[in-house]
Amino acid sequence: MNCLWCNEEIMNEINWSTLVFPTKQKNICKRCEENLAIITGSRCNHCSRQSEIRICNDCLWWKNYNNGKDTIVFNYSIYSYNNDMKEIVAKWKYRGDYELGYLFTHSFGQHFRQKFKSKKDVIAVPIPLSEERMQERGFNQASMLASFLPIQTKELLSRVHNEKQSKKSRNERISSQNPFILKGSINNSVILVDDIYTTGTTIRHAADVLVKSGCPEVFTYTLIRS
Amino acid sequence: MEYDSQLRSPDLRKYIGKLLLQKEIPQGVLSSNHFTQIPSINRKTFHYQCHRCGNNKRSLFGKIPCGLCQKEHLYCRSCIQMGRVMECEPLFYWSGEQLSWPSYDAPLTWEGSLTDAQQKASNNLVQAIQEKEREHLIWAVCGAGKTEMLFKGIEYGLKVGKRICIATPRADVVRELKPRIQDAFQEVPIEALYGGSDDRVGESQVILATTHQLLRFYQTFDLMIIDEVDAFPYHHDPTLPFAVNRAKKSTCTTIYLTATPRQNLLLKMAFKQLPHTFVPVRYHGHPLPVPELKMSYSLHKDLKQKKFPKHITNWITNRPKPNRQLLLFVPTILLAEQVVKNLQDITNGRLGVIDSVHADDPDRIEKVDLFRIRKIQVLVTTTILERGVTFPSVDVVVLDAGHSVFDEAALVQIAGRAGRNKKDPTGEVLFIHDGKTNAMVRAIQSIKQMNKRGGFSL
Ligand SMILES: [Zn+2]
Ligand SMILES: [Zn+2]
Ligand SMILES: [Zn+2]
Ligand SMILES: [Zn+2]
Repeated sequence: MNCLWCNEEIMNEINWSTLVFPTKQKNICKRCEENLAIITGSRCNHCSRQSEIRICNDCLWWKNYNNGKDTIVFNYSIYSYNNDMKEIVAKWKYRGDYELGYLFTHSFGQHFRQKFKSKKDVIAVPIPLSEERMQERGFNQASMLASFLPIQTKELLSRVHNEKQSKKSRNERISSQNPFILKGSINNSVILVDDIYTTGTTIRHAADVLVKSGCPEVFTYTLIRS
Repeated sequence: MEYDSQLRSPDLRKYIGKLLLQKEIPQGVLSSNHFTQIPSINRKTFHYQCHRCGNNKRSLFGKIPCGLCQKEHLYCRSCIQMGRVMECEPLFYWSGEQLSWPSYDAPLTWEGSLTDAQQKASNNLVQAIQEKEREHLIWAVCGAGKTEMLFKGIEYGLKVGKRICIATPRADVVRELKPRIQDAFQEVPIEALYGGSDDRVGESQVILATTHQLLRFYQTFDLMIIDEVDAFPYHHDPTLPFAVNRAKKSTCTTIYLTATPRQNLLLKMAFKQLPHTFVPVRYHGHPLPVPELKMSYSLHKDLKQKKFPKHITNWITNRPKPNRQLLLFVPTILLAEQVVKNLQDITNGRLGVIDSVHADDPDRIEKVDLFRIRKIQVLVTTTILERGVTFPSVDVVVLDAGHSVFDEAALVQIAGRAGRNKKDPTGEVLFIHDGKTNAMVRAIQSIKQMNKRGGFSL
């Protein structure tokens, strides 16, 4: 097995415990794994941003904007967006190197079990791409991440217009028309899955659609908090 | 200059001699019968091959559930930086009319003169092209002035309407070559192609390119010159020689340039399978500086404790010609940053401006320019500056010369940065180590050997 990022061969440690309990082989070598920054220490309990305060100003703003009750219960992210991660994401999403997503098979599943194991009967819903973007890229990175989870995935949402949000200001983005529509009905709680949480606007648009259609609770699970 | 009627259309010229993905060709152009399709990935039971880059390593193929054809199939991970090659989409090469390239009467506008050694190499090169030799190697020591040796050969090629490519593994070398070649052939359109370059079309008669960029060319060059043929990643990545070969016409003459040929070329020369010219003297007629080895027992302990070895600081501040700038090579980026801090703390401004540079440094080009105009006095660098760059007056230090990134070729190239200019044709070269390696010993041997062949007895 070669590391999916640097293509060096991965040497497996062999000791008593690996002989007795063979672990699944990882797709990422030790050195590359160490270059990724897992969020540790104190963070905002609501959005996973590294922060000394338990609920950050952005999250307070969202709460206020939604009349005291945010549309999502919380967001959980695993990694911060350092340069190594930016390079990986660029190659994975924009160059379309699909297999790079498997770098996260292990960590995305493992952190899920730690953070969400108490949630019963929840289903995973990936944030969709627009038709146009899907044509270009050939795959949806959020669906790929959702497939690593030990729960059922439903492609419940579709995106009616495109993703080009980055040039707008936050207020423009928030007040812009909600790009998501619901494709079916929903009674379970939902974990929305995406690759990056940046301002949280996209994910709240999606959550909004779900809540308005009767979804009891929406959590979000993202690989990266940028 | 006459082009045939169809190809006068500038829209089509850029597709000639190319091998492209479907999405790189607009629909209207694609349906014009100028292209031939070939399968993109060849799949046999235990063997895959990408037809764009030649990759056949299984770990560099991925499987993708394709949203376009609704099947799971292969894509090539090796050449994905140039756009994704998908198994379900063919590649297209230009098979429409070929363009006859213009013949120039007197394209060479350079008026300098060559030394005897350069002249000999230049003559051999022209002859190799005239007689349509398949390959010729010019083995010229660092600072021999190899760019000037090429001019007559390129001139001959342009006189008879050849399409010419000068390729090199390193983008810095392309950037450095472009103004010099353009200056020597002022009337001739020349494009420089490298990741992030402004010229991205590749429709000129003369192309300067990184070997990577040749992945998009198909049987189009009559003369291929490969500069720094021994440099990383060319000798390391089999897809690059593959791309270079595919970009050549079957009748192409290939010229290799190197100061430090690797085993494969040395063997071919030894077995008389590769005609070559050896240029053992620098253009200014002075010998190559021979590196001095300096043992530092505490080197690794010092570096670990983020200290700079004290006797090395003494050496640096007491150099025989303190006005020379200092080029300090280190094995890693981390160490580069640390050494800058150390030297700043220790010397307290006495050495002038100290800075570092490495491959991912966004200000890399600017810093090298600042060093060249002496706005930076000490530049701490990784191996990215080991070749292709020329500074007028420097001393050179390699810190931790025993590290595996410093192989024999790298050390010879690094030593070759000193004494490049007529006005200051020598320079100190110091290898600091805590245990001699074969690479160091062989590098010094080969430098001495070249000086001997150049007629210097040391
Ligand atoms: Zn790795
Ligand atoms: Zn927050
Ligand atoms: Zn390929
Ligand atoms: Zn397909």
